[in-house]
Amino acid sequence: MEHPNTLKKHIFGFLWSLILTFAALLITLRTNLPLGWKVTIIVTLAFFQLIIQLLYFMHLTEGDSKWIQVVNIVYGLFVAIVTVAGSIWIMLYNTMTH
Amino acid sequence: MDLFNFKKPEHFFVTGEPMIYMADVLIVLTMLGIVFVLTYYKKWRWLWDEWLTTVDHKKIGIMYLISAVLMLFRGGVDAVLMRTQLALPNLKFLNAQHYNEIFTTHGTIMIIFMAMPFIFGLMNIAVPLQIGARDVAFPALNALSFWLFAAGALLFNISFVIGGSPDAGWTSYTPLAGNELDPGPGENYYLLGLQISGIGTLMSGINFLVTILKMRAPGMKLMKMPMFTWSTLITSIIIIFAFPVLTVALALLTMDRLFGAHFFTIAGDGMPMLWANLFWIWGHPEVYIVILPAFGIFSEVISTFARKRLFGYSAMVYSMVAISALSFVVWVHHFFTMGSGPWINSLFSITTMLISIPTGVKIFNWLFTLYKGRIRFTTPMLWTLAFIPTFLVGGITGVMLASAPADYQYHNSYFLISHFHYTLIGGTVFACFAGLIYWWPKMFGFKLNERLGKWSFWIFIIGFNLCFIPMYLIGLKGMPRRIYTYPAGLGWGTWNMIETIGAYLMGIGFAIFVYCIIYSIRHGERDTTGDPWDGRTLEWSTSSPAPEYNFARIPQVNEIDAFWYRKRNKAMKVEESKPLKPIHMPNKTGLPVILSIFMFIAGFGFVFEWHLIGIIGLLGVLGCLAWRSLHEDKGFYIPVDIIQQTEAKWKKVSARGKSITS
Repeated sequence: MEHPNTLKKHIFGFLWSLILTFAALLITLRTNLPLGWKVTIIVTLAFFQLIIQLLYFMHLTEGDSKWIQVVNIVYGLFVAIVTVAGSIWIMLYNTMTH
Repeated sequence: MDLFNFKKPEHFFVTGEPMIYMADVLIVLTMLGIVFVLTYYKKWRWLWDEWLTTVDHKKIGIMYLISAVLMLFRGGVDAVLMRTQLALPNLKFLNAQHYNEIFTTHGTIMIIFMAMPFIFGLMNIAVPLQIGARDVAFPALNALSFWLFAAGALLFNISFVIGGSPDAGWTSYTPLAGNELDPGPGENYYLLGLQISGIGTLMSGINFLVTILKMRAPGMKLMKMPMFTWSTLITSIIIIFAFPVLTVALALLTMDRLFGAHFFTIAGDGMPMLWANLFWIWGHPEVYIVILPAFGIFSEVISTFARKRLFGYSAMVYSMVAISALSFVVWVHHFFTMGSGPWINSLFSITTMLISIPTGVKIFNWLFTLYKGRIRFTTPMLWTLAFIPTFLVGGITGVMLASAPADYQYHNSYFLISHFHYTLIGGTVFACFAGLIYWWPKMFGFKLNERLGKWSFWIFIIGFNLCFIPMYLIGLKGMPRRIYTYPAGLGWGTWNMIETIGAYLMGIGFAIFVYCIIYSIRHGERDTTGDPWDGRTLEWSTSSPAPEYNFARIPQVNEIDAFWYRKRNKAMKVEESKPLKPIHMPNKTGLPVILSIFMFIAGFGFVFEWHLIGIIGLLGVLGCLAWRSLHEDKGFYIPVDIIQQTEAKWKKVSARGKSITS
């Protein structure tokens, strides 16, 4: 194998992604924090989840062609921003729901 | 949630319709027939070894195509049933509920279980061969993609005899598709069938992206790839970014329906309209997922049969890149009438109209490729030539629909129905026929009969226009979609009758096509050269059908249309003098089939809310994944003498073929 640490890295990444997921679930369902806190914590956890995914499963630092990584990330950000911001915009300014 | 509560639905088997009983009998007879034939001819072992466990992209492609043609038949029968019901006013051929179920399954099957596998089948057949690779990047994953699709398709398709079909439209809008208004297993079938096959689709997207980026023959720069490969690359990127949205949306609605969540319900502060929003964030890119590969197929066919290099190669590529980006910013045009504010509708009107620019660029490029070409009117070329005006009509009505204020008039009328059938049939289905006939010799080693192929083409195309031109007119006369009958005296009757005649003609065209396949198996012209169309790209440089390892020597590429230039420059001879080396190939594996069976069991369990069975199925899936993770599979080598034998056999047949023709 080219990357001897792949197995270890995969298990490490997998465990962390599980921990982050269940942490988010428990914080939402089993705590009495105010809503603002909950949202802040979940978004923070989601950010770390993103980092874990990019580093351990998308092999962001391992590729030999940098421009493909850059294009991927930029395109991903474009789609994410368009869908999330777009959805919020569409659902908030819907004349039927007001 | 009680694990051991196996509540029985009101009707486990669908009852009360003579047509359903007929279907039951036919299904049982077909299954018995298949089991009998396999047992009688002792073919079970062959089925398992050669097909169920294969990881060969060519065989997986063939299995995709067989499923797609079967699903085209199923979706087509749905269409003919609907058209029969609507032929005259006040008919009682189908009742309202049955009609709802049929238009739902027609749409879902045609998009998810017909167009998608058709496209994936052709990608599987052509892309590795076009880039000079020996398989896709992840062959076992490729098999898993197919079997997950098959599990999802099977789950969705049994709904009409077991439990009842979904009936909330292929878009499955909430709140109608929610538990309150639509209890029962029908919508669950939709959610889980799409979920399972969607996972397979996502894997295919990743697989083809990596294959195309990493496994091209030496010298094949990105800008020297065949256009179908380019379209597959762009499509894979759209799949990777769009399908997760569908996965999430389906999962949320599943939680609403099975576990009492409130994402899309009015009760509990949910947002029913968010479903439409999420669905179309995936749904619009999905349209381009099925149309871009079609554009790729047409580009190959036009270039081959006009005997010219594709006009404006780089403009073709950049226009596809532009379409892929624009495809993510237009989704609101599917629900202009949902009540979004004027700013929102205006923005999405403009982005939608922008898409016509890169598409127009492509249309002109095809026309300029034809210009001064030495055109051969083969069947694939006929489908392609028919595509250009048909798609143009679909596209122009699309621009009309894109205007938000005007859309309030067209929305949910037959005008819209006709628009998207002109693009999806005129684009995707024509491309599927063109691509299937074009690559058929590469898959099976013989050509499809041209005369029958042309008959099927003309009857289908006449039927298509008879069916859908009147829909524009009655759409403007106010006939809405999704009504199961209509009163006399509205001026819709005659047009509807003409549409129904058109639909039947399309059915006859399809039947002739199937007969053409059966006829050609015995009488089709054998392809001994591997290059029956005087092709331009690398898939024609190997034998038909291609050997397991595709290429004995990986070709060196210097030009666009590499094979065309090799034929002209006698580079073939130089290449054949290179020594052969053992070829590394992937092992076959039964894991994808087994995992997909567990997935099917899980899906079936959750459809009927038998959670214990669902969980058992999911545990099986996890077990398969764990097993796969813990076993290393290094593949095997095909030794040089076997390669020499295979190549020598082809050379001999090929030489004999040449002496007969000359």
